[in-house]
Amino acid sequence: MAATHSFTEPFVATQEIPAEPPPGSTTGPIAWVRQNLFSTWYNIVLTAVIAYLAIRLIPPFISWAFIDPVWGPATPDQTPADVVAACRAATGACWAFVNEKYRLIFFGLYPFDEYWRPILAMLILLGLAVSSTVRRFWGKRLIVAWVVVIVAAITLMYGAIPLGFLDIPIPGLTLVETGKWGGLPLTMGLSMIGLALAFPFSILLALGRRSNMPAIRTLCVTYIELVRGVPLITVLFMASVMFPLFLPEGWNFNYLLRAQVAIIMFTAAYLAEVVRGGLQSIPKGQFEAADSLGLSYWQKQRLIILPQALRISIPALVNTFIGSFMDTTLVIMVGLFDLLGAARLGLSDSIWGPFYKEAYLFVSLLFFVFCFSMSKYSQHLERYLNIGTRRR
Amino acid sequence: MTMDVAAAGTAVRRGSAFNDPRLRSIFYQAVLLLVVIGIGWFLVSNLIHNREVRGIATGYGFLNREAGFAIAETPISYTPSDPYSRAFLVGLVNTLKVSILGIILATLLGVVVGVSRLSSNWLVAKLAAGYVDLVRNIPLTVQLLLWAGLIRVSAPAPRQAANPVPGVFISNRGIQVPSIENNPIFLWVVIAALVALVIGWGIARWARQRQAATGQPFHSFWVGLALFIGLPLVVWLAGGAPAAFEIPELKGFNFQGGWTLSPEFAAMLLGLTVYTASFIAEIVRGGILAVSHGQTEAARALGLHSGVTLRRIILPQALRMIIPPMTSQYLNITKNSSLAVVIGYPELVSIGNTIGNQTGQVVEAISIFMAVYLFISLSISIGMNVYNRRMSLRER
Repeated sequence: MAATHSFTEPFVATQEIPAEPPPGSTTGPIAWVRQNLFSTWYNIVLTAVIAYLAIRLIPPFISWAFIDPVWGPATPDQTPADVVAACRAATGACWAFVNEKYRLIFFGLYPFDEYWRPILAMLILLGLAVSSTVRRFWGKRLIVAWVVVIVAAITLMYGAIPLGFLDIPIPGLTLVETGKWGGLPLTMGLSMIGLALAFPFSILLALGRRSNMPAIRTLCVTYIELVRGVPLITVLFMASVMFPLFLPEGWNFNYLLRAQVAIIMFTAAYLAEVVRGGLQSIPKGQFEAADSLGLSYWQKQRLIILPQALRISIPALVNTFIGSFMDTTLVIMVGLFDLLGAARLGLSDSIWGPFYKEAYLFVSLLFFVFCFSMSKYSQHLERYLNIGTRRR
Repeated sequence: MTMDVAAAGTAVRRGSAFNDPRLRSIFYQAVLLLVVIGIGWFLVSNLIHNREVRGIATGYGFLNREAGFAIAETPISYTPSDPYSRAFLVGLVNTLKVSILGIILATLLGVVVGVSRLSSNWLVAKLAAGYVDLVRNIPLTVQLLLWAGLIRVSAPAPRQAANPVPGVFISNRGIQVPSIENNPIFLWVVIAALVALVIGWGIARWARQRQAATGQPFHSFWVGLALFIGLPLVVWLAGGAPAAFEIPELKGFNFQGGWTLSPEFAAMLLGLTVYTASFIAEIVRGGILAVSHGQTEAARALGLHSGVTLRRIILPQALRMIIPPMTSQYLNITKNSSLAVVIGYPELVSIGNTIGNQTGQVVEAISIFMAVYLFISLSISIGMNVYNRRMSLRER
């Protein structure tokens, strides 16, 4: 209505419009608080509710966890029973549990004098894993390095080179049975070796799924979908109770290896989908260019396609690793003592039994530190790997 | 490189049938199939032999034998004298019970957290982000053990039960909530709600057609909502408005009446909900952020107000991004419910494991629960593919 009016009769101002007051400050802490905490009536309500809950919950938690807890024996000669009595009397947490059991949680039942071995094994595995994400190191030498490091890590832990039926003892190292392995080395070993050995397998599965040979494609699709369709725990149960039934008599292999095989089988199916995602994102022109150069199938994959596809999949690969690192806790169901299993072993010591909260919170904290830093690292990798292609 | 060319040259000169790609592919596939069949035959013959040696029966005949063990939580009637097949069924119902409730609760919590992460309120956004980061980086197994401990050990005894909302009691015996009384009227109320849904769907269809033809909008959502609430209400009032709920009461050492969530079930439900909600929150947030801002601006430029923009422009596009990963989260809830073995909630895997140990027929027991999970997963992924085909953007 007003629009048609303005066409016939132009508007001419006859008096000066009074100046508006200056807008409220848009910078500085007060403006920030107004914009981010009290912008509308419902934001005021939400802020008030959260502030109230924080006042009600945070101080009791802080005093439980940091001010009132029993940190350990008050005097060096206090027996565990005295410490537990002190814990029961105290209103705070009983971190004395962690103080008493941290060796068990970190290293399982591994003999104390030999702790340098799992520490060294974890360090070389970790070092190689981190350097594997650097593209400069990609090549045949990296594969050799993985084989060497995995064998070296297991040898260090075991005290002999395990060759199936025959162990070659290493002079100077005492033999430590796998039943004594536990804690962080077990969690790291199962997940990292699981990923490393599942990786080549998953590349074959992903290539097979995209193959134009129907028998190969069907086999790969069946494997991937079968494994992805069932929970990890069923695969672990299968490995721990069914493997011996499926193998000839006398081919007995131990529980740790069974769990490791189950984790490799399971991880491979998920990794195959990650790799397939990378393969699918390669433009068709790359395949055609490789074909027109006359490269064979394997040359094409090895020289043209996989280097590009794998680089794209690295962040997703790290995420899969985080998932498999956390999934490793399920091995407690087949009688292994990973970080969680070792903490539960500590709780099974009857006088410490009531302090499950401290035990699980400590394990949660450990997992959180590892997984959160890994996910931050994967986000960093994603940005870093994108540098070359960002302009597209 | 020159080596390769030379090698290829000699091969061509030899002119063998091996250079025909079709023959070669058939050859490779035949070799692979032979290897796979060979390995399969090797494993199965070992299995048969090992079982004969150990005197383990074969086949699914054991399903009809008496189970002989008690199950703590039986949503369908079950006694130890029932057959193994019935025990499996109890496990399946328990799995479905915790999964379906978990899916509903995780979706609600996840959507709230996901939207909160985009809130303009700094505290709300940071709180939601902190929740997601914290929960996603702690293994579900550890969370379940913590929840189970909190309910089983640290919750007060029934006499001192916490009573956060009238009618709801939290104690170390589990969580008591009011249940719906057993009255035939409630069946009619449910039927009325279903009828209202059908009518509402009809109205929405008619309103869409009319708007397409004449451009006149119709408030089908509000009419539908009024129907959905009103019709059952009328039926309930017509039935004499019976008292709806049975409130749990403390009698002796435990609660009577109402609906009991056992500590294990409550821990499972809490754990699955809290864990999966953090993943759903990220999916929801990602979906909303993926709708480009130009869409909002274009809608506003057309004169649509913010509610209509959200409902007609943003949500349909965001849902296309959200629903596929959401179904895989639902599948994950179902699969993760198998972690109940850790805290002793009697679902499919835990009962199957018991049966396997008791009968010795581990292979059959494991094959049954794997088959059930495969059936659930494959049917969801088939449904998902159908949905994707219907919803995918029709591009030029």
